[in-house]
Amino acid sequence: MAPLKPQPLAAWAIFGIAAGFFTIPLIATVIFSLSMKRNGWSFEAYRIVLSDSSFIAAFGYSLAQAIAAVLISTLLIVPAAYWVRLYLPAMKQWVEFITLLPLVIPSIILVFGYLRLYNSASWLPLTSNARSTDALLSFGYVTLAMPYLYRTIDAGLRAMDVRTLTEAAQSLGAGPLNILIRVILPCLRGSILNGAFLTLAIVMGEFTLASLLDRPALGPYLQLIGANRAYEPAALAVIAFSLTWFCMGFFQYFSNWRRGV
Amino acid sequence: MMKSHWHKWVRDWSGVAPFLVFSALFLIFPTMYLIVGAFRDSHDHFTLANFLGLLAPEITGSFFVSLEISAVSAILGMGFGFALTWAIAFGGLPAQLRATIVTFCGVASNFAGIPLAFAFLASVGRIGFVTSGLRHGFGIDIYAMGFNLLSVGGLIMTYLYFQIPLMVLIFLPVLDGIKREWGEAAQILGANSWQYWRHILFPMLWPSVIGSAILLFANAFGAIATAYALTGSSVNLITLLLYAQIRGDVLHNENLGFAMAFGMIAITGISNFCYLQLRSRSETWLR
Repeated sequence: MAPLKPQPLAAWAIFGIAAGFFTIPLIATVIFSLSMKRNGWSFEAYRIVLSDSSFIAAFGYSLAQAIAAVLISTLLIVPAAYWVRLYLPAMKQWVEFITLLPLVIPSIILVFGYLRLYNSASWLPLTSNARSTDALLSFGYVTLAMPYLYRTIDAGLRAMDVRTLTEAAQSLGAGPLNILIRVILPCLRGSILNGAFLTLAIVMGEFTLASLLDRPALGPYLQLIGANRAYEPAALAVIAFSLTWFCMGFFQYFSNWRRGV
Repeated sequence: MMKSHWHKWVRDWSGVAPFLVFSALFLIFPTMYLIVGAFRDSHDHFTLANFLGLLAPEITGSFFVSLEISAVSAILGMGFGFALTWAIAFGGLPAQLRATIVTFCGVASNFAGIPLAFAFLASVGRIGFVTSGLRHGFGIDIYAMGFNLLSVGGLIMTYLYFQIPLMVLIFLPVLDGIKREWGEAAQILGANSWQYWRHILFPMLWPSVIGSAILLFANAFGAIATAYALTGSSVNLITLLLYAQIRGDVLHNENLGFAMAFGMIAITGISNFCYLQLRSRSETWLR
């Protein structure tokens, strides 16, 4: 008998149990979300959620935060990842170490530090008004997404010959900024889109930062609805799951696309 | 000469500098501020009294509940995740099914936070679909039988929804690294299935398995949103206590909050350090 002979029966049994555990809550949530009216199924819970102006506002706010986080991350991480590959290889392990830190430091610790370091009496009073708190929240999301975005961008850079591309551009007379914008960035569009959808998935439902910085994002809205309603949360969970599936679908699509290039 | 040296220095650092400044401002300094604060009293003098304050039963209690939930959900996530990964990698399931499971794991490991709590409430909460279906359809009342979603056990079950997929995502590349030739070589040398597992695979895989479990542990330890939406504050997690402390200084001692933060950073820091050590150990085998 071969040491690792496939055992389809055991494999199917394990798959069946897992499929049950993972699909029953989803199916149950869908059915629950459709049973708000006593007589038969209806989309009543969805209608209430989607016509709630504070849902629209919170959704829009979180979407804007996600877009801001992607833009800021791209501006920070693409040059950093490119530079450490080309000019400062000795710094590479330090940059990598820093990008791993957000996985070590729980988000509640991060926002606790923000609140104490940037309170209204501090040297940089970012929490003193709503606009600057919005910016602080974006910076927080940039930090949370950093481990994932750095890794996708670094993988993108590894897949192309950065040094040759740079030298070719230099010999044609391009400066570093020009190379970054017109050579490196276009080559990385797959990786960046890839990271963007992952960032979107992280930011849309995020609760801790938004709640403690007291900003009207989707996470705190969900919490409020969850504490006060019965059927609407189920509808929101279905919407959130579809959104996550959508984001991860694009994430995988773009990772395959990048490999294909 | 001086000028060109200076130019090179500026060019070398210009692309990395914004990233480093940003990380200092929004990652390093805020964390350092809490760590330093943990060693200070309310008059900014050095003290270790904050750490004695951590021994209050309210705080040690919540540390233990957090450790229990994180450890149990990590161990169960590791076990079930290992089984599922094995089934995908070596069980002979159709290739299309494998791709679907991997995509689903990517989604489910990101489907955490408040919506996950909603899904479990809608399924096995007191008026959830599964709960009422079992009661009306089969006369089984799971809540009368002692089940409670808003408990440590219920929270662990909910956490498994993202812990198992995370284990699959971390561990599948490891199992994919096992070469067919190793099994054939062992077979030629007369090894049976048990001996192959015991003497070849186990010594190679255990650092990855334990390492993954540690990562799952740290992942659960820092989580807050699912627990908050699910249980309010009926399960006394350290993250929930810290959340209350940040909002309203419930411990009546600002620096005690810093000490709690320090304790959490220490736990997640040590966990991640162990994970990286174990990973580099397993990478020497699996390339």
